[in-house]
Amino acid sequence: MNRYLRYSVPLIVFGIIAVFLYKGLGMNPREIPSPLIGKSIPEFSLPSVESAQTMINDQNLKGKIYLLNVWATWCVSCRAEHDTLVHLARSGKVEIVGLNWKDERVKAQAWLQQLGDPYTVNIFDQKGRTAIDLGVYGAPETFLVDADGIIHYKHAGPLTLGVFNETLLPMINDLKAKGS
Amino acid sequence: MRLFLFSFIYLLGLTALQAATLAEYTFEDPAQDEDFREIIEEMRCLVCQNESLAGSNAELAIDLRNEIYDMMKGGQSKGEIIDFMVARYGDFVLYSPPVKPSTYPIWFGPLIVFLIGGVVLFRIIKRKNQSSETELSEAEQQRLEKLLNQSNEQRDTNQ
Repeated sequence: MNRYLRYSVPLIVFGIIAVFLYKGLGMNPREIPSPLIGKSIPEFSLPSVESAQTMINDQNLKGKIYLLNVWATWCVSCRAEHDTLVHLARSGKVEIVGLNWKDERVKAQAWLQQLGDPYTVNIFDQKGRTAIDLGVYGAPETFLVDADGIIHYKHAGPLTLGVFNETLLPMINDLKAKGS
Repeated sequence: MRLFLFSFIYLLGLTALQAATLAEYTFEDPAQDEDFREIIEEMRCLVCQNESLAGSNAELAIDLRNEIYDMMKGGQSKGEIIDFMVARYGDFVLYSPPVKPSTYPIWFGPLIVFLIGGVVLFRIIKRKNQSSETELSEAEQQRLEKLLNQSNEQRDTNQ
């Protein structure tokens, strides 16, 4: 019995290491837990993509549940994600607010005209200062924000219908249920 | 050889280039200068995760360096700047994570593994010493002699 035990030790150690390594294979190093979850979106006052004269601030966004999507025309994954956003916006399941990040106004406008505009509000953060406050480290990133401006979830990378239906939609329904 | 020389000069050029990009950050107070360089060395660039803010040329790293520079110029302390970064990007932005329950495994895990290894090693050594010192029992002694005699006899007959 003792002998069996002794010989099984390397096997057990191997098993433990294998489990950790296997888990590591499936983990996404880009998914970094955001410290902003449970906190308010940062204060900001930025122009819209449409016009430098129209200013939008964080207070304007209060009163509705929405997805805050950080995007840019130089971001290839954003192009891949865009059709999903348009589809979601048309479905009416949730509002999407766009934060255009470190981009050129003309390019952003052309993008929205050609590919469709899924956003109810288009914020233009040319310097990326608000994106820093949001802890953005890559585009696209999508935040779920409630009617009080509290961030409930952050998704790094392109949003897919799978992620939306499995993760975001249940959270949105929960928030709606609590709000009513 | 020429290729080697070329790549060497090229690499030298790269380091010079990087030094040049960091040289734009100047402080009148040398202590502040040192703090600034320490902060950007200790912070991870989140775009290219194995580079520090000091070493990265990613757009975000440049923006963050500028932001930290402005904050220092504005008179904020090293602690305040670290808090600012952690509040936005989380502990992940720090190369050496703070000691707290969720990070106990990475701080103390190696020590525990080391201790377990030490105990196992100690026990193995102890057992080895014991087994070499154990004397044969009477029955074993007799059997040994018998075997030795047998082999001697065999050798005799073989000769």
